[in-house]
Amino acid sequence: MALNMFLQHLINAVGLGSLYGLIAIGYTMVYGILRLINFAHGDIFMLGAYFVFFATIRYKLPWALGVIIAVAGAILSGLLVDLIAYKPLRNAPRISALISAIGVSFFIENASMVAFTAKPQAVIQPKQLVEAFSVGGVRFVPLNIIVPVISFILVGMLLWMIYRTKQGLAMRSISHDIETTRLMGVSVNRIIALTFAIGSGLAAVAGIMWALRYPKVEPLMGFTPGFKAFIAAVFGGIGSIPGAMLGGLALGFIEIMSVAFFPTLSGYKDAFAFVLLVIILLVKPTGLMGEKLEDKI
Amino acid sequence: MLEIKNLDVWYGGIHAVKNLSMTIEKGEIATLIGANGAGKSSTIRAVAGLVKGASGSVSYASRDGGTVSILGKPPEYMVKMGISLSPEGRRILPHLTVEENLMLGAYSRGDKTGIARDMEAGYNLFPRLKERRKQKGGTLSGGEQQMLAVARALMSHPDLLMLDEPSLGLAPILVEEVFDTIKKINGEGRTILLVEQNAFAALKIANKAHVLETGSITLSGTGSELLQDAKVQAAYLGG
Repeated sequence: MALNMFLQHLINAVGLGSLYGLIAIGYTMVYGILRLINFAHGDIFMLGAYFVFFATIRYKLPWALGVIIAVAGAILSGLLVDLIAYKPLRNAPRISALISAIGVSFFIENASMVAFTAKPQAVIQPKQLVEAFSVGGVRFVPLNIIVPVISFILVGMLLWMIYRTKQGLAMRSISHDIETTRLMGVSVNRIIALTFAIGSGLAAVAGIMWALRYPKVEPLMGFTPGFKAFIAAVFGGIGSIPGAMLGGLALGFIEIMSVAFFPTLSGYKDAFAFVLLVIILLVKPTGLMGEKLEDKI
Repeated sequence: MLEIKNLDVWYGGIHAVKNLSMTIEKGEIATLIGANGAGKSSTIRAVAGLVKGASGSVSYASRDGGTVSILGKPPEYMVKMGISLSPEGRRILPHLTVEENLMLGAYSRGDKTGIARDMEAGYNLFPRLKERRKQKGGTLSGGEQQMLAVARALMSHPDLLMLDEPSLGLAPILVEEVFDTIKKINGEGRTILLVEQNAFAALKIANKAHVLETGSITLSGTGSELLQDAKVQAAYLGG
């Protein structure tokens, strides 16, 4: 394969991978604190995409405003999901919350089909994002550069928040010992809400960029990327934020490169992630950067 | 400072604390002694806001002069009111550094200079912690972890410091050190409620002491009175 072709695939892989990573962070953060797989997370991603679609395409608002509305709307949706589906089950067995998560995911998907119709809607991409330019024989589409750059900036900001602010300290503390964290004066419910807000906001950004990249929105668009991002989180080591990003990038790389090198496998593209999941669970269930899973009492 | 009236604590079907009443005066060291399972921890945890099934009343003289009823309020409220608990088993966050553990103790506060001052005070109290401030909590010895637990509980700048079994699992020489420090903290004007199985060490420093048996107070007096008491000597002081 020629170098410039390879570079283009690489850019593609980093773009896709960083989107998986952004979604995976939401799974990994909620899991780290509540030991809960938030199955509705992929649907928050979808809602973020729809919100930006309605704001900019339907109601012709400027993109910057649309993005703000979409992120705010997704954060609100994420908080509502926690409030309605998870918070009443905080002291219930973990399996109850998990079932509630599956239920709320189905609910959002089906309600969206009713509200938005099941028909995919085209997203008109702003010209300046998709007009290619070339540097040294390699063609660049601005969107493909912007997506990973924004993703990495957001992850950098998140890591700063986790390691440099007291709310971040509280998050790292809750994931080990909720009761002691409460004794230190931390309102655990507020920190949990903050976690859902951050995860949902990042999912919305991913959803917006996804909608621009493929360019369409549909009610079930969150299902497959959500599942894959979950796998990326497990691959990176669930509970670890850098791990989630790394897992996302690895998954993006595997998907893009396997199809690039073996075009006949393109029909199996979506299966790679699941094969990967089975392999990790068999070989290294704690993932690349995960801590030892100790079962909490 | 703190008045507990007719406190009952239930854990499922277990009646852990039965109709307990006690008063703690400002500036004193009060202690609850008793065997394992007597209800000492349940009492202190109810005051800290960790217990759901508690009834009765706990009134607390807050620092702004008023008296508030605090039973049933969440722990973050208690911390804001100036009540702090160093829990049984120390409960250091093993993956956080000594400094981060202390910062967590100051979570309820916004005054950066005050926090820095109290952290320095904590390091003065336990110089060993300063040497290890960048070390992970999990790498500390048992004695150092106990020091950290006490220093962390002080980081919220409490008026009432509650200590649950601070001597648990420590070598005798360290027990002495910890109790000396508790006296020193009390000397700085903080009221202390101490829960202990090590009755001898607790009674030696306590102004007021209560013996707890199966959820009820069976005997109260000053620390030295109980040290002299024949029943206490027989049951708790190996005498």
